Amino acid sequence: MEELTPALTDRRGTWKVKAGLAEMLKGGVIMDVVTPEQAKIAEDAGAVAVMALERVPADIRREGGVARMSDPGLIAAIIDAVTIPVMAKCRIGHFVEAQILESLGVDYIDESEVLTPADEEHHINKHAFKVPFVCGCRDLGEALRRIAEGAAMIRTKGEAGTGNVVEAVRHMRAVTGAIRKLHGAGPEEMVMEAKRIGAPADLLEDTARLGRLPVVNFAAGGIATPADAALMMQLGCDGIFVGSGIFKAENPAARAKAIVAATTYFDRPDILADASKSLGKAMRGLEIGAIPQEELLAGRGW
Amino acid sequence: MGVLALQGDFREHLAALRACEVEGVPIRLASDLDAVDALILPGGESTTMARLMEPGLRASIQRRGAAGMPVMGTCAGMILMARDIQGGRADQEPLKLMDIGVRRNAYGRQIDSFEAEIESPAIGGAGPAVFIRAPQVTERSPEVKELASHAGQTVAVRQANKLALAFHPELTSDRRWHQYFLSIDGEHR
Repeated sequence: MEELTPALTDRRGTWKVKAGLAEMLKGGVIMDVVTPEQAKIAEDAGAVAVMALERVPADIRREGGVARMSDPGLIAAIIDAVTIPVMAKCRIGHFVEAQILESLGVDYIDESEVLTPADEEHHINKHAFKVPFVCGCRDLGEALRRIAEGAAMIRTKGEAGTGNVVEAVRHMRAVTGAIRKLHGAGPEEMVMEAKRIGAPADLLEDTARLGRLPVVNFAAGGIATPADAALMMQLGCDGIFVGSGIFKAENPAARAKAIVAATTYFDRPDILADASKSLGKAMRGLEIGAIPQEELLAGRGW
Repeated sequence: MGVLALQGDFREHLAALRACEVEGVPIRLASDLDAVDALILPGGESTTMARLMEPGLRASIQRRGAAGMPVMGTCAGMILMARDIQGGRADQEPLKLMDIGVRRNAYGRQIDSFEAEIESPAIGGAGPAVFIRAPQVTERSPEVKELASHAGQTVAVRQANKLALAFHPELTSDRRWHQYFLSIDGEHR
């Protein structure tokens, strides 16, 4: 080339680059892992990314206590173990945990209700970071508030650590149902709807125009089987997070591969049937109604 | 025009083709490939796409690619097209559609991902390019022509009717790279 663009004009940490990585993860499965060995099993199975954690949500739920960001040493070891992107969780509102994760070179931060919130009124100002964030939501208003704060990717909250997909379905249907309702709404109706659901009007208008959220939207919280993953994909999710569902199952490697296949071939029952064969026991799972109200995680977030 | 639709941003490529008034066909199984004359390998995770590609589809792409089917790869797609992969997994077997060696995640981690302007005769000037955990071309045979470089690194290459880009034209509204690929496809009809 006769002319080289100087690298000094490169723009890092832009919205396009943050939201763009989420676009690359679409149609893929992001798996919770607690050791570098599990991270390798996930990568072998075809995970598009791993979530580096000290404890999967099912264990956080069982053990109780304050759940915090994982040990940076563990996160660094997982980063070294795999070539795919590595995500890690910080507490809601805990922007210093987020700064630490960014300095470790984590590729995406999950500001997560699975950990104990550090701020009961505010989430992190995610625009202040070069690393992108994913946040959970239960409905459209919550999704758009997180995007307004700078989240470049959204996921359903579901109810993590239960192996029960019912809450993820509820949250995804809430989002898609609310978006469908925007169809044909006039500008004055849009303003009042924005007020009603607590969302910025401009982002609501973007959503109405696109007919979907302005960022990638994954399913999370309770996915335990290939059929669960395909269900969420058919409901319109762009990809799948699996937390406890893989490494709390009898045969994690086989189940991980099957969930990856189910996410790609989500609309092919014949392939889903094949993928679901002989996987051993899924994680045991919890009935949502049997969980004391104060132990539900999805209520965390504002 | 087929777009490999196992994982990644294949929908953006299908939309880019629609903007160029070309019908894109999502390709997931070997039998899907029979319906198309050219193929785009999208951005995404190259390790995941390689895992999901069933043996029949892989063999078909390799056979038809060798027989002259035009193929364009962007980012992960470039990695899949290479002869050699550095910084990948030992068991990551590329499709070997082009005589290039590439390094995965050559710019570093996500915080090093960037947007830049790049110049290329292929698009008749400068245009926007989005690099996300992008690869670089580290070696190429004399038959492989450099179409663009950035900060001294080769980021776009062509070998006959194969085109590989380290960045994501599908994430911008500039359709010139897709049009360039369509013109390559046209030349070989």
